[in-house]
Amino acid sequence: MKTIQATQSITLNINGQTHSLDVEPRFLLSDVLRHKLGLTGTHVGCEHGVCGACTVLVDGKPERSCLVFAIQAEGSSVETIEGLSADGMTRLQRAFQEHHALQCGFCTPAFLLTATALLKQTKDPTEQDIREAISGNICRCTGYQFIVDAILAAAKGEEA
Amino acid sequence: MKPAPFSYIRVATVEEAANALSEYTDAKLLAGGQSLIPLMNYRLSKPTVLIDLCGIEAFASVSLKDDVFTIRAGITHQSLHEHPLVRAYAPVLAECAGEVGHWAIRNRGTLGGSLAHADPASELPAAMVALDARFVLTSVRGERTVTARDFYLGLFTTDLAEDEILTRIHFFASSANRIHFAEIARRPGDFALSGAFVRVEESATEITWFGVSDMPYHLTLDALPVEEKARQALFTSLASTLEPLDQTVYRRKLAAVVAERAYLKGRRVQA
Ligand SMILES: Cc1cc2nc3c(=O)[nH]c(=O)nc-3n(C[C@H](O)[C@H](O)[C@H](O)COP(=O)(O)OP(=O)(O)OC[C@H]3O[C@@H](n4cnc5c(N)ncnc54)[C@H](O)[C@@H]3O)c2cc1C
Ligand code: FES
Ligand code: FES
Repeated sequence: MKTIQATQSITLNINGQTHSLDVEPRFLLSDVLRHKLGLTGTHVGCEHGVCGACTVLVDGKPERSCLVFAIQAEGSSVETIEGLSADGMTRLQRAFQEHHALQCGFCTPAFLLTATALLKQTKDPTEQDIREAISGNICRCTGYQFIVDAILAAAKGEEA
Repeated sequence: MKPAPFSYIRVATVEEAANALSEYTDAKLLAGGQSLIPLMNYRLSKPTVLIDLCGIEAFASVSLKDDVFTIRAGITHQSLHEHPLVRAYAPVLAECAGEVGHWAIRNRGTLGGSLAHADPASELPAAMVALDARFVLTSVRGERTVTARDFYLGLFTTDLAEDEILTRIHFFASSANRIHFAEIARRPGDFALSGAFVRVEESATEITWFGVSDMPYHLTLDALPVEEKARQALFTSLASTLEPLDQTVYRRKLAAVVAERAYLKGRRVQA
């Protein structure tokens, strides 16, 4: 069993890169991503799981980074918006641009990651599948319709 | 909005978890964290030691043997929702697990965490009461089994002792037959305003309501009237005895509506 101490050294795999850092166990993954690693594309709204802005992919699945301690993510691979594409934009990102699926953009990284995970597991999602998948993400600007349109277009492989 | 400091222990076995839980006073178990971490972020909960169960091997297994389901407590809501055995032989459980929170919550939140947390609006505790499930509770003192119907004592209150861990859940696959489920929530993924599991047999009916009382509310009746008006009147009169925590009139109305919906679902499937 691990001995109890104030800070612990952990190794995280973020966007395919290994990071060694010292964290207090109480540090949330969202805060470590933003404040320790400078990955500020992960946004923080409510810190109790409701708004979805902090959603990242853990082993390919969407999870709330505000409801996971960074120390728990040891041994998993975490993907943030910064890791979505090495250069340029993915088809989904271009579809968001083309379909006006964002206004202020605060919610957008989390929508993109959630939709990326959906499209990986469901090649040909229905509108209902999409609405269900993104039901845990709040957008205060768009009214969602354009987001749904963008994800549908990306799923169908329509290029802008 | 940041948790108070605590020490973190990751365990690899149930035995290690039980030892740690008995060793440290003011320790808490951490499963999916989807209820506990919000409470800690608000500092409504300030445990000094967290014992993380995520690393326990095979803590998410499901098996079915001679009609008995055995599900270990660490299974996530999403895995329960998608599990082929559960889908085939206890479809009502797979269905309601898919209504727990949102996808990102279900990917982390666990069955054991939901059952132990005992939120009165939660689907899974009520499902277990409807299924007449058995919970195995493990501590350094050994193991004991309680029925779900005895486990729930009140609002966020259960029979779980401070040093106990909910490790396994058992129920008969055949008991899942003929149970149907309906709920009403403001948006998909929100906690239900009201929900019901209804089991219809030829000579008897069981209803388990959630979201309309301080804990799952189970009752057994004679056969239901087939005639719609009489049946709905019965649901309405039963629901009028419920004591919801708020919005009393509205929630009682919804309770009658979800019971009728669950009943109709069952009639369609069994027809
Ligand atoms: C936005 C949001 C929406 C949600 N919507 C719903 C919903 O619609 N329906 C619903 O039912 N739930 C909902 N939840 C809660 C969710 O279901 C949680 O997953 C669940 O309540 C707790 O499970 P957990 O594994 O996350 O437990 P944790 O948060 O880790 O633990 C919860 C409590 O149980 C204890 N505990 C955990 N595991 C065990 C165990 N094996 N033995 C004994 N004690 C244990 C912990 O010590 C703690 O006190 C929602 C949560 C969020 C954030
Ligand atoms: S900040 Fe995590 S869900 Fe709102
Ligand atoms: S674009 Fe502003 S919140 Fe979604």
